[in-house]
Amino acid sequence: MRSKVVSSIREAVELAGLKDGMTVSFHHHLRNGDYVLNTVMDQIADMGIKELTVNASSLFACHKPLLGHIKNRVVAKILTNYMAEEVGREISCGIMDRAVEFRTHGGRPSDIASGRTPIDVAFIAAPISDPLGNCSGKYGKSACGSLGYAFADAMYADKVVIITDELASYPLMDWSIEETCVDYVVKVDAIGDPAGIVSGTTRITRDPVGLVMAEQAALVIRHSGLLKEGFSFQTGAGGASLAASKFLKEIMLKENIRGSFGLGGITGYLVDMLHAGCFEKLLDVQCFDLDAVESIRKDPRHQEISAEHYASPGAKSAVVDSLDVVILGAAEIDTDFNVNVHTDSNGYIMGGSGGHSDTAAGAKLAMIIAPIQRARMPIVTDRVTCISTPGRDVDVLVTQAGIAVNPENAELKDRLVDAGLNIVNIHDLKRKAEHLTGTPKKPMMGSREVGKVICRDGSLLDTIYSVR
Amino acid sequence: MRRSLLFIPGNAPALLINGNYLGADSIIFDLEDAVSPDEKDAARILVRNTLRHMDYRGTGTIVRINSIDTGYWKADVDEVLKHAPDLIMLPKAGCKEDIDVAEAYLSEAEERLGIEQGGVGIIALIETAQGIERAYDIAGASARVKALLLGAEDLTADLKCARTKEGREIEYARARLVTAARAAGIDVYDTPFTDVEDDEGMRLDAMVAKALGFDGKSAISPRHLAAINEVFSPSLTELDYAYEVMDAIRKAAEQGTGVVALRGKMIDAPIVSRAKQTIAMAEELGIGR
Amino acid sequence: MGAIIRTATAGTFESSDAYVEVGPGRGSIDLSLESVVEQQFGEAIRRAVREVLSECGCDDIEIRIVDRGALDCVIKARVEAAVRRGGMN
Repeated sequence: MRSKVVSSIREAVELAGLKDGMTVSFHHHLRNGDYVLNTVMDQIADMGIKELTVNASSLFACHKPLLGHIKNRVVAKILTNYMAEEVGREISCGIMDRAVEFRTHGGRPSDIASGRTPIDVAFIAAPISDPLGNCSGKYGKSACGSLGYAFADAMYADKVVIITDELASYPLMDWSIEETCVDYVVKVDAIGDPAGIVSGTTRITRDPVGLVMAEQAALVIRHSGLLKEGFSFQTGAGGASLAASKFLKEIMLKENIRGSFGLGGITGYLVDMLHAGCFEKLLDVQCFDLDAVESIRKDPRHQEISAEHYASPGAKSAVVDSLDVVILGAAEIDTDFNVNVHTDSNGYIMGGSGGHSDTAAGAKLAMIIAPIQRARMPIVTDRVTCISTPGRDVDVLVTQAGIAVNPENAELKDRLVDAGLNIVNIHDLKRKAEHLTGTPKKPMMGSREVGKVICRDGSLLDTIYSVR
Repeated sequence: MRRSLLFIPGNAPALLINGNYLGADSIIFDLEDAVSPDEKDAARILVRNTLRHMDYRGTGTIVRINSIDTGYWKADVDEVLKHAPDLIMLPKAGCKEDIDVAEAYLSEAEERLGIEQGGVGIIALIETAQGIERAYDIAGASARVKALLLGAEDLTADLKCARTKEGREIEYARARLVTAARAAGIDVYDTPFTDVEDDEGMRLDAMVAKALGFDGKSAISPRHLAAINEVFSPSLTELDYAYEVMDAIRKAAEQGTGVVALRGKMIDAPIVSRAKQTIAMAEELGIGR
Repeated sequence: MGAIIRTATAGTFESSDAYVEVGPGRGSIDLSLESVVEQQFGEAIRRAVREVLSECGCDDIEIRIVDRGALDCVIKARVEAAVRRGGMN
């Protein structure tokens, strides 16, 4: 029987021919439970390979050991779409010589496909694989559902290593990534901690302010003119966004509206909406909870999609371009509707675009939900610390104190005013918040470039500076 | 207009500072059941500060003080009175004498603090068997008493019966309270529905209260407010009828007709006054013609 | 003006609240502040605290505040509660 199984990660690294200065890549489907990135980087460090570029679709708190590999010069450069604060804080202190390049979930595969950011060796964690590398995220003890972010790595990397903790007999059916792309397969004891990979059940917020905003958000959608037969929708897994989908579901059922598809990171709430008949299909680039994993495994209406198919600006078309409504969050939003999801109020890196700017650009209605102030920090500012998503792509901001519509979208404003919603000027929201909190002093930023935010079209959107 | 009244724990800053954004016509800053005995002092200072500094325009403010059989209530009054809540809620109001005691201290405090005599009203929380039986006396005890509120949790304990979602056990209390309040010419509000997850049960409960004549309903969760506001707002049918009544009256006046009839029914003074109320409320809500 | 007699606390560590600890001072106001919005509002918070202390007539106190993004009116309430609990001579 043919097999690509090699004895260890070390052997795979050697066979793949990894050398100083090359690029390795990882996906983040195992989220905060991932063991693979750390294990592989430790092994690479042990082998004495240096000055690597790490292209990871996202970096979570569990990836903190990567900071050690930056300091010992195993890693010289990072490309990612999201960086949790546990990693971002030190990056913001300026521990790297070269700025981190932040892309979007669509921009990353687009740049990989075009060769702008080539990958030498892709290390792909797979919850199940056969000996020739047909693999999937839907089965196995570490099941994570969709493997959407790993497709570009598998298709375009020079060498592809599958790392799995469940070896199935050939051929594995219902594969995600197929053997045609795979060079080596490594079996390890565990690719991740199931508790960190998916949450049990994602719960909607109980916070009263969150619920008020969610209800308003659902009303905005209802009166946007988009909520009709064939409606398509994406929402994040944040508490208020999930609550908004619950209210939206009630409206859709009451008014007997059958949507077309739900998109994105999928939670049990979207699965519920599928079952209730609010949507005919779910397109899933990433599963957030066990309900979503079970659904993608069992329900043919719930389809895995690659990050390219999801959101690539370089593809001939991508699903985000057919999206009606997306609900998104914000750490800050300015009076021109630019949104920051990269840095916190003190300027430290604590996130990233993920699919934020892709969906905002593609969707007919991009909605931000945020309270007017969080722990005394007003949400609306004159100018965001970092532009993650440009204001031209953001249509409306929903807060507990009113709804501000981007003046570019006059038609939406008219519709919402006619519907009797509490439409306010975004400057008024800023004033209202600052009346409560006082005017915050801007954080003192350093002069060193620690992050570059790359726009979907490849241009430089903003630069993140070190924190002093 | 108080269709909905939301209880907010008096020692919870995150909620207090958002009180006017939760969708309630009035918020009730609770210094009683929601605050443990060793936090009473801190809560009344916090409530006083939020009343003083926050902008609650558009939302009514009520402070539920501790009951007059505790050692806390006078300090509660002293702390908040200056910052002009619309109403002071007096828990466990059982008889006219309870109102007299509160009335006397409010007057004394107003005098001492140099604020307008009689400026603050009382909303009597009726939550004992005695309170139900004496509701009319309580409602008429003082010009300060502006409204009654039913508290069914404590009441059913006092009645030695189980509190159910269907609420058969409080039918009498509800009817009695509405009658007492109407006889005294003041407002009356219904007890909260306590199952936060049961939206449908909540709506039915509000509809029962509205059908009995309540002006509004209290809530312990903001989740209930939208349904309460909707149930206690004039329906389109009610509003259409109110305008028809007013049209008929106007036409009758123009034609010099004495007796006015609409849809074969005589229109008398109570019907006209009800129509006027409905229209006034609709206009306040921005849904009038 | 007066001095705090005994140690006392008020408030919580929850978001939008502040936790305040007071105790006898060494002849003056000894204020330490840890705040999630130190950069943006540190000065404003210190000013608010001193205002309350002055209103309470207190000028001899050791006061430690852990602020979780409380608005001024909340911090002031917590300081006042702690001072009243601490008692003054």
